[in-house]
Amino acid sequence: MSSIRVVSAGFLTTVQDLGRFGWAHFGVSASGAADPLALRAGNLLVGNAENAAALEMTLTGGEFEFERAATIALTGSDFSTDLPLWTAVEVKAGQTVRCGPSRSGARCYLCVRGSIGVPKVMGSASTHLMTGVGGRALRKGDVLPIGDQAVRRPRPGSTVPPFPVAGPLRVTDGPQADWFAGELYQAEYTISEESNRMGLRLRGAAIPSRSGHMLTEGVPLGAVQVPPDGQPIILFVEHQTTGGYPKPANVISADFWRLGQLRPRDRVRFERVSIERALKLMQEQEKWLYGI
Amino acid sequence: MEIVKGIRPASDRSLHVSFGDEISMESYGAVMRLTRALAGARGILNLHPAYASVLVDFDPRLRTHEQIEALVRECLGAPDRAPAEQPRTIEIPVRYGGEFGPDLEDIARHTGFAAERVVELFGAAEYLVYFVGFSTCFPYLGGLPPELATPRLSAPRKHVPEGSVAIGGAQAGVYPLASPGGWRLLGRTALRLFDPQGAPPPLLRMGDRVRFVTEPLAGRLKERRA
Repeated sequence: MSSIRVVSAGFLTTVQDLGRFGWAHFGVSASGAADPLALRAGNLLVGNAENAAALEMTLTGGEFEFERAATIALTGSDFSTDLPLWTAVEVKAGQTVRCGPSRSGARCYLCVRGSIGVPKVMGSASTHLMTGVGGRALRKGDVLPIGDQAVRRPRPGSTVPPFPVAGPLRVTDGPQADWFAGELYQAEYTISEESNRMGLRLRGAAIPSRSGHMLTEGVPLGAVQVPPDGQPIILFVEHQTTGGYPKPANVISADFWRLGQLRPRDRVRFERVSIERALKLMQEQEKWLYGI
Repeated sequence: MEIVKGIRPASDRSLHVSFGDEISMESYGAVMRLTRALAGARGILNLHPAYASVLVDFDPRLRTHEQIEALVRECLGAPDRAPAEQPRTIEIPVRYGGEFGPDLEDIARHTGFAAERVVELFGAAEYLVYFVGFSTCFPYLGGLPPELATPRLSAPRKHVPEGSVAIGGAQAGVYPLASPGGWRLLGRTALRLFDPQGAPPPLLRMGDRVRFVTEPLAGRLKERRA
């Protein structure tokens, strides 16, 4: 079995697939790729199943030495590499793939034909950093096996997603939307430095909420919750499974990938859409992925 | 038929089913039955039971909100066929006070009891795991003697050690992993509630009964690391 040696790990690099589902009733959220669109596209380009495990780099990428020849694809943001993005490329035995600081968004994926061959925990290879389920962030010197899980030939050519990263984040109404008077849609918010895979903390005009009695309840990925200080938090891939803060809105599935590309100090606005519109946007992405 | 108070989308891929806004054995029973009935249904990715609600996450490529709502109503309308499970009772050994329970004195002050009496009352009660959630296997326990209810800290601690046994308002809980938290810590257990390397289920599950017993000897906390 061939392998990848971590020459340098970058700022934060983890193994991710599309997540660990079916454990929320034990308080374990799915985790998984922060930009699932980039992970899926990268896997499809190299001929993997879309759920195969790959490396997720954050803000600054690492350097990875391939023991033997391999087919890889870099997707997501441009992390200052010489290799073309969104394209299946061959690397030679002994070659080192070097990534550096991001020139665009927060995350870049290194997908490898055959999948990263780490053992699955509770049905998934995803790292859940907060709990340690599925392992830890990569360190210099780690050696990762490459699996033999490819399912078809690599795709020729390059495939850049036609979905813009800019523009307001689209949301549907959250369960407590009627506790709020639409303030979320009036202001611009800044992504705080304290953001991580658990949640994106926003800074901006405080949102007043009608104080009401609220029991702790289940919370989904992308929920926009407003704690008493009025500064919204978007629950992200390693989110808590239950919470007691009111939620005026929820980011739509089609924009989850954009959450994964937001960096500290980026600015965001919100736009309210219907569930029908949200599902139509999701289907457009699915259609694009089917075409790879 | 259960007393459903509301079914509405929480997102474009989840449905929030509410049984009201009170903590009661009726809502607990309804949450338990619905969670059991929906487990493993096609297209359902995750179930988040809570005090009086269940959040159903589903794959929007396979299911619509309308289909999930119909499934929920069907489950709620059907008689509960599952045999009544014999509840498990789990004993949790606790070391109280001092470095293990830095808030025990505050709880004593707030409730007007001596610290020893707080421990005695806390240990005499039987608790029910209403549900497991928050961040990783946190058991929400009902059954705290009302006279022990103590408000949460005004500012949460950045670091609550693993195994901390705590009171938050009228609820009790145990922190399965070190994390931030605002509940009042009265002791600590060396029992591992959750092992990230192991397969779930965690030690405490929805429906379990819990008793806290006083750990007789010092120095036991280290054993878990061995």
